[in-house]
Amino acid sequence: MSKTVPVRLEVNGVEHQLDVEPRVLLVHALRDRLGLTGTHVGCDTSNCGACTVHLNGRAVKSCTVLAVQADGAAVTTIEGMGNEQQLHPLQEAFWNDHGLQCGYCTPGMIMAAAGLLAENPNPTESEVRHALEGNLCRCTGYHNIVKAVLDAAAVGSGVTAQPEVKA
Amino acid sequence: MSVEPGGEVGGEITKIASEHAAQNGADAAAPSNHVGQAMRRKEDPRLITGRARYVDDITLPGTLWMAFVRSPEANAKIVSIDTSAAQEHPGVHAVFTGPDLTDLAGPLPMAWVPPGIEVNNPEHWPLAREHVRHVGDPVAVVLGVDRYGVVDAAEDVVVEYDALPAVTDPEAALEGPPYVHEQLGTNKVHEWSLPNDRLQAGFDEAEVVIERRVVNHRTAGAPIEPRGVLADYRAGSLTVWSSTQVPHFVRLFLAILLGMSEERVRVIAPEVGGGFGAKLQMTGEEVLAAWCSRKLGQPVKWIETRSENMAVNHQGRDQIAYCRMGAKRDGTITAFHVKIIADLGAYNMLLTPTIPALGAFVMSGVYKIPAVHTDVVGVFTNKCPTDAIRGAGRPEATHMIEVCIDQLAAELDMDLLELRRKNFVPSDAFPAEMATGVIYDSGDYDKSLDKLLEHVDLDAFRREQTELRQQGVYRGIGFSTYTEICGLAPTRVVGPEGFGNQAGFWESALVRVHNTGAVTAYTGASPHGQGHETAFAQIVADKLGVDPSVVEVVHGDTGTGPEGRNTYGSRSLAVGGESLARCAKKVADKARAIVAHQLEAAPEDIELRDGKFSVRGSPDRGMTLAEVAGAAYLNQVPEGMEPGLEETSFWEPENFVFPFGAHACVVDVDAETGKVKVVRYVAVDDCGKAINPMLIEGQVHGGVVHAIGQALYERVHYDESGQLITGTFVDYALPTAAELPSFELDRTETPSPVNSLGVKGVGEAGTIAASAAVTNAVIDAVRPLGVSYMNMPLTPMRVWEAISEAQGRKEGVSA
Repeated sequence: MSKTVPVRLEVNGVEHQLDVEPRVLLVHALRDRLGLTGTHVGCDTSNCGACTVHLNGRAVKSCTVLAVQADGAAVTTIEGMGNEQQLHPLQEAFWNDHGLQCGYCTPGMIMAAAGLLAENPNPTESEVRHALEGNLCRCTGYHNIVKAVLDAAAVGSGVTAQPEVKA
Repeated sequence: MSVEPGGEVGGEITKIASEHAAQNGADAAAPSNHVGQAMRRKEDPRLITGRARYVDDITLPGTLWMAFVRSPEANAKIVSIDTSAAQEHPGVHAVFTGPDLTDLAGPLPMAWVPPGIEVNNPEHWPLAREHVRHVGDPVAVVLGVDRYGVVDAAEDVVVEYDALPAVTDPEAALEGPPYVHEQLGTNKVHEWSLPNDRLQAGFDEAEVVIERRVVNHRTAGAPIEPRGVLADYRAGSLTVWSSTQVPHFVRLFLAILLGMSEERVRVIAPEVGGGFGAKLQMTGEEVLAAWCSRKLGQPVKWIETRSENMAVNHQGRDQIAYCRMGAKRDGTITAFHVKIIADLGAYNMLLTPTIPALGAFVMSGVYKIPAVHTDVVGVFTNKCPTDAIRGAGRPEATHMIEVCIDQLAAELDMDLLELRRKNFVPSDAFPAEMATGVIYDSGDYDKSLDKLLEHVDLDAFRREQTELRQQGVYRGIGFSTYTEICGLAPTRVVGPEGFGNQAGFWESALVRVHNTGAVTAYTGASPHGQGHETAFAQIVADKLGVDPSVVEVVHGDTGTGPEGRNTYGSRSLAVGGESLARCAKKVADKARAIVAHQLEAAPEDIELRDGKFSVRGSPDRGMTLAEVAGAAYLNQVPEGMEPGLEETSFWEPENFVFPFGAHACVVDVDAETGKVKVVRYVAVDDCGKAINPMLIEGQVHGGVVHAIGQALYERVHYDESGQLITGTFVDYALPTAAELPSFELDRTETPSPVNSLGVKGVGEAGTIAASAAVTNAVIDAVRPLGVSYMNMPLTPMRVWEAISEAQGRKEGVSA
């Protein structure tokens, strides 16, 4: 193993100090080092979007970001969006609308959708479909995912989707 | 009067239990009206919050990572393998190659062969011995402590290959050489027919015969979670977590291959991130992880990369079908003959040679064709093996039939729906024996089509189509009226005496009512996204008078519950759900006997009403399930009855179930670029009684898109040298949200007589129906440009070429 470098990450509001190889992907740092396994890996080529998280408030594919590149950044993962006691409106909408089946793409879908709603709180169906172009789902045919995002937008989740960015 | 369970013996425990039940709602009487409701899923809270556990989310102390060295050659002899450099990598514990696996009891299994024929089945080992036969064929594994480190080390395994010519075209392969398996002297795997002795008579009667070469190209299942396995061998016992649809099969085969006693092997399918048939397999990777864990005394984990998945996870379809359909001028279809050349890739896997044969059973489609005959020839090529992918033989069959029907309608200059209706099996003919010998359980095809036409105004569409063409917009509509065969399966049909499988296809269930009246229901079905935990809880809840929230459905673990037969072939609900329903009824019957005993009434006078087992005519004299459980566990049961409240069932259907429906697709084709856009998709499906309509819609959405993907975008492509061109999601184009419209769905409900629930499968129906609707729509759109037929995938290039060629022909004629 090559030498490691220190990385400071604020993940879901909690500060972490890690020593990682420079080549370690952010997604693996989150999953294997911090135990945040809600963020998934579905491809090798940044096509599927299952690994989508928010980096300083913007939706990114965490398989395309090195952990060292995220040094000093604030990261939000699906675990930071809400829990069973208090679901994020997008989580609630995915549940209500059957926006998931196997659930593997779902965390990435929700994070990508939150990224969209942060920028565009009232998207059209076409805008939702294009915004989710980088997130693949094999189960749902996207119909109920799109519905869920539109429904979440309707209850105003766009206002709360943007995580706080620390100065 | 309501009985207070408890009494004098053990009263305190029962009291605590009932207080606890009250807090959790387990004691609450619930009316039996959950079946049929669009309940949101019990599975979802863990999935939407990132708390679900897929294989890669499970970590054991001391786990070693496993990485593969795989062949870059399509066909080659292995000259040498040098693992020394890899073994010197820090953190690497071992490197194994094919010759190390001498203590395996046998090669990977081929478990299902069409009966009465010879199948060439050369040995297929988890690691190649001496020869590789497709890109990705595994050559060595590296075990080490670090996820990235084992990949580094694998790159330093030096393999010298003697590359040989490869064969990738199945029709060329039949002519051979080169041979994929030299020792066979042929590339033919098998030949099988579902014959019909009226075939010649049918064609003799025909006044018109159309012939088409229908190519159903190779596709990938592509679940978004790639495969993965974690194996932990300790003190003589093996536990394996695998991303599989078939944990019960994997347990059996692992025990056999590793020479272990079956009770020492436990296989768990944890959260599984999609299957689509691609995880219906006994894989070499599972065997290797288990074998390495036993060898090294440490847990072993392998998580497939997408590139590996695209190269080595079994693929689907890849059939060339020579179709002949004969009819009278009035549209009466008299004969249908199909000869399928099925490209099976380099090896037989679990079900490989059977998959193309499955299509033969629905080759009649929804039509009363007197003579239907299917021939299958299986062929080895230097490609990844094929096996079951969503629909498994039936999408291919439906595509052949429904595309040919449209072609015939054009030939006869007949309305394509009129032609269909003329040949529909009438609704009063069910159960209907078809020319294939298969008995369809139920159907009402006119009703489906009528319902579809409530949503699609065909006359208005044709007017719009004409207007749009004048503006240069090529819009087309395509239909598919389909049925399929699912709910595997009656053993009398598919077992040793029937279609040759050595396994029975019942499903098991175990229903346990706890002290508090809460229920655990075990099923041998093993879901991967379908929603069994919800739908099955709805079924059990209604049988027992409780709320589905206190029914936990447990699945996918051979260490809990009875032996099972897993999930594939749209069987879970029609076989597993029915088994659970019957099991819950057994529990309810026992509950009735206990209540009768407690209330001094006759058991036949006890009815389940509004969540209480009460005396008929005296609804206030009754007991909730929690109260019954209290009595059952206090042994306050009738004399001779065992205490406790738990039952097991094994149930097998008498016949398959046959979902059906009518789909319509509207597309726009850009005549300049050949690009196809799906404008509208309307699906009317009949999967019998609905347990949860929301889940049905979800299955149809996903199923339809799977087929739209195949029709328009997806293709596993190998070049002539056997190199895989579509090895990642960059090149293998899954449909995205941006390409698709929202869908319009409707249903009819024709209950299946095969099970008490009246249900049929729905997981594959959309995929089986849709590719023909899309293809017919595209052809309809470009007919005015002179194109009368095209094979999938209808990529811009394919469509543009067809248009250009047709235009060239026209110009040639006019010149």
